[in-house]
Amino acid sequence: MLELIVISTLNGVLFGMLLFLMASGLTVIFSMLGVLNFAHASFYMLGAFFGFQLSRWFGFWPALLVAPLLAGGLGAAVERFGLRQVHKNGHVAELLFTFGLAFVIEELVQIIWGKSPVDFRIPSVLDFPAFTIFSTNYPAYKMFMLLVSIAIFVGLLLVLKKSRVGLIVQAALTHPHMVGHLGHNVGRIFMLVFGVGTALAAVAGVIAGPALVTQSNMAALLGPILFVVVVVGGLGSLPGAFIGSLLIGLVQTFAVSMNGSLEGAFGPLSPTYAQSWLADIWSVTIAQIAPIMPYMLLVLILIFRPMGLLGTRET
Amino acid sequence: MLEVKDLHAYYGKSHILQGVDLRIDAGEVVSLLGRNGVGRSTTVKAIMGEVPPQGTIRFKGADIAGKPSFQIAQLGLGYVPEHRDIFPGLTVRQNLMLGIKDPRKPGKWRLNDMLDMFPNLAARADTDAGVMSGGEKQMLTMCRTLMGDPELIMIDEPTEGLAPLIVHQVGNLIAEIARRGVAILLVEQKLSIAMRISHRVYVMGHGRIVFEGTPANLTSNDAVRREWLEV
Repeated sequence: MLELIVISTLNGVLFGMLLFLMASGLTVIFSMLGVLNFAHASFYMLGAFFGFQLSRWFGFWPALLVAPLLAGGLGAAVERFGLRQVHKNGHVAELLFTFGLAFVIEELVQIIWGKSPVDFRIPSVLDFPAFTIFSTNYPAYKMFMLLVSIAIFVGLLLVLKKSRVGLIVQAALTHPHMVGHLGHNVGRIFMLVFGVGTALAAVAGVIAGPALVTQSNMAALLGPILFVVVVVGGLGSLPGAFIGSLLIGLVQTFAVSMNGSLEGAFGPLSPTYAQSWLADIWSVTIAQIAPIMPYMLLVLILIFRPMGLLGTRET
Repeated sequence: MLEVKDLHAYYGKSHILQGVDLRIDAGEVVSLLGRNGVGRSTTVKAIMGEVPPQGTIRFKGADIAGKPSFQIAQLGLGYVPEHRDIFPGLTVRQNLMLGIKDPRKPGKWRLNDMLDMFPNLAARADTDAGVMSGGEKQMLTMCRTLMGDPELIMIDEPTEGLAPLIVHQVGNLIAEIARRGVAILLVEQKLSIAMRISHRVYVMGHGRIVFEGTPANLTSNDAVRREWLEV
């Protein structure tokens, strides 16, 4: 049991930190531009595929550096030449633009790399067990993922809280017009934030690619969870995104490793109900409903605290 | 320094500014007076590009009509909006630092000057600016814009909703700004400060300028005061 708790906590925190790499960008972009970027997870996927391709040509380490830069550059271009033009037509147009962009990226990825998973492998230097807890070998690569995520989290926090650019970004989150009146180029700040946000998602893609599956549906699989994270944490709140990411990461990891069911807790159903539909619900394990748990949490949050855990907006 | 000719602006289909003409010379203090809703705030918003302007707006010889507000600010035109948009979550000191346009070029208003001038701000320099009183926020927004070293500062309704003692302090700051040679366009409803410090005053009515003259001219012109200013 202790082993299960330790391993699941490690995995949960790891998954949570990966989610945070993406959710942080998504939520900051939302705060600043007022747009929920439906294509955000697509940049995570682009990160993974760019990482795969570049690691084939130049090795994993250059890929880890260059792939996020490429994806971030693409993200900045999307803001500058796409969203900024569409902005004149209102938020619905912007939303539809990002929605369409997600499909375009998915199709392009399929055209270039196909629909099947690509062979994106863990670099051999990290392909060993980092330590053994009880009887489980914990892979060094997972520890590397965790460390990269934490390093970026700390770096992001330092830049936001201590640097001048970070202060301008924080100010522009709530009062973009005033920031402009003080002589700061808000358009360039928006582009920078979009670029950095998408680059962070791409970092998550490069490091998660070898550990998970690098496939053209990975954006579609992860995107909805990402929205759960930012809505649960509170749209536009960076601390909220952090808590939301860890919460969803832990909930998902613990849920898949638990085999408890109502049957296990309260014993078998009485023969009267054994043949009814109730029997199915009675014997469903927590692991079986794990995939829908984040969405159940989403529904509960939307009913009882629509602004999210740390959000301030009602909508 | 600032020259506005035949300025028009619209909110949707409402024709708010219907041909505003005004001029402010270097170092001059000019007040824009008038009742609520006559277009005083819209005039400064249109100058800053926050409301799309139609007409001629020239600042230091450059055409700034419809330019992005950051470019207008970079030219040396400061704007303190009516809503005292301080940045919550940032400290008083951080708010002031963001007023600086280029940290490599220090201007004539330094952080320490500001904190010396305003003991209230100094005492709260490292607290969240979002929790300050209305008067302190007003001081902070004016000081923040001054940190960018403007040659002309447009201040929209600085005394709105403030206690009389604070109104007096705000008046003193505006006088100090003028004493340091910064031109001021003061948008006000209260006559007292405007009449005390202005070189010239404009009175607005129905989206255009209906009077221009010195404070003494306005004091002696009962007809204008009755028709366009008194409630």
